[in-house]
Amino acid sequence: MNYTLHFGAVWASFDHLLGGLAIGLALAVAAVAVGTVIGLLSAFASVSRSRLLRGISGTYVLLIRNIPLLVLVLLVYFALPQTGIRLDKYESFIGSLALYAGAYLTEVFRAGLLSVPKGIVEAGRAIGLTRMQTNISVVMPVMLRNSLPSLGNTFIGMFKDSSIAAAIAIPELTFEARKINVDTFRVVETWTVASGLYIAACFTIAALLRMLERRFPKF
Amino acid sequence: MTKIDTARPLLDIRGLKKNFGAVEILKGVDLSLQPKDVVSIIGSSGSGKTTLLRCVNLLEEFQGGDIILDGETIGYKTVGAKRTRLRDAELSRQRAMTGMVFQSFNLFPHLTAAGNVMLGLRKVKKLGKEEAFAIAEKWLIRVGLGPRLDHYPSQLSGGQQQRVAIARALAMNPKLVLLDEVTSALDPELVQEVLTTIKSIADDGATLLIVTHEMRFAREVSSRIVFMEQGRIAEEGTPSEIFGEGRSQRLNEFLKSSRH
Ligand SMILES: Nc1ncnc2c1ncn2[C@@H]1O[C@H](COP(=O)(O)OP(=O)(O)OP(=O)(O)O)[C@@H](O)[C@H]1O
Ligand SMILES: [Mg+2]
Repeated sequence: MNYTLHFGAVWASFDHLLGGLAIGLALAVAAVAVGTVIGLLSAFASVSRSRLLRGISGTYVLLIRNIPLLVLVLLVYFALPQTGIRLDKYESFIGSLALYAGAYLTEVFRAGLLSVPKGIVEAGRAIGLTRMQTNISVVMPVMLRNSLPSLGNTFIGMFKDSSIAAAIAIPELTFEARKINVDTFRVVETWTVASGLYIAACFTIAALLRMLERRFPKF
Repeated sequence: MTKIDTARPLLDIRGLKKNFGAVEILKGVDLSLQPKDVVSIIGSSGSGKTTLLRCVNLLEEFQGGDIILDGETIGYKTVGAKRTRLRDAELSRQRAMTGMVFQSFNLFPHLTAAGNVMLGLRKVKKLGKEEAFAIAEKWLIRVGLGPRLDHYPSQLSGGQQQRVAIARALAMNPKLVLLDEVTSALDPELVQEVLTTIKSIADDGATLLIVTHEMRFAREVSSRIVFMEQGRIAEEGTPSEIFGEGRSQRLNEFLKSSRH
């Protein structure tokens, strides 16, 4: 082994890596936000009395969970324009990651829904709330609180998966690292620093999520 | 001048039949309550007491008979020979006319005591925040929980939780309140505070239909007592008729077995 470490070249472009990190976080936030809406609708569909809705939700989860994210991203990015739908690469990636997150969150929220005590649903109905009002004012808050830890884990997972955006040339952290690698040939240094940034970011997010969990009263 | 029809019952249950699958649980129940009546239902486990209350509050569907609340047939509409369950919005409106207090409290865990009472006032009665809070506060003070307005259910004892549940039901100003073994889940030392609360709302003129195993309480608070057996009303009378000397053999046996 006669490889000597020289981090200088990596530090010189460190601001690009940080910029990439910020883009990755933004992609994850957007995807999880949209994915949460998809996941909520799909989770309610999965426990609904309508067989059609249950079928749609089940099929969606089954399909998405059996496509590698990279393939889904490429499919949406390259195939969708053929159908006439024009999205830029950011919209396309956020859409793909949101679909992906939505499938995972369907399971998270579904478990959360099943954990809501039947008694409080009946209590809601008993004071005259409609089915919809009960879902919004009673079921959702309790379910979301119960789902908070899993929601956080999904968010961290989606942040890491944002690295796949490099495949369609979105300049997030992995893409920037690859560029530095190509320009400087500092393979070990580049990927060590990139990994360190991912780890630091994930630790920070996890800590913030734990604070959030503590902010909301446990039932 | 409008004529007030005092003869019309507030709640009129006629020939109520209910089955779960192939099993008939209620086999034709007739029961009526006048305004301000306090009727206690007693009977052995599985006789259908809870099911009866749940039918009245439209938490269960039923297959036969009618439930008429303050002149309105609830739960179903019959057109010609066809009987159909009403839609959710209608059922919800009718449910709001009766209050229900459950054995297991069933408070909303994410809301404070005041929040629990306010939810129905805000979403069902569409009251503003301040007005809803004022009513919630009034009722929580009424059940002795003035100092606990902003406590979450997890920060309250069982007896306190149940009193919040009573306030939550009464704040909606229901025509009728259903109470299903509201002290059964409580530690013995907490039973009395809840029974006292119920007694005082009964004294204030609320119409109550109570399922209870507390015979002494039933005797004290009720204007009438109903004894249920295997999905039917087997006996009905004033407390002194039911608990007095002339009672039937089977009622005698039930009362003996329920004295723990
Ligand atoms: N959801 C249900 N599905 C099937 N059977 C049920 C259901 N709920 C109640 N039953 C049955 O109906 C019968 C009456 O039950 P119910 O709960 O009304 O009795 P109860 O008089 O309230 O008894 P307890 O004093 O134990 O509370 C019981 O045999 C019970 O097993
Ligand atoms: Mg019961």
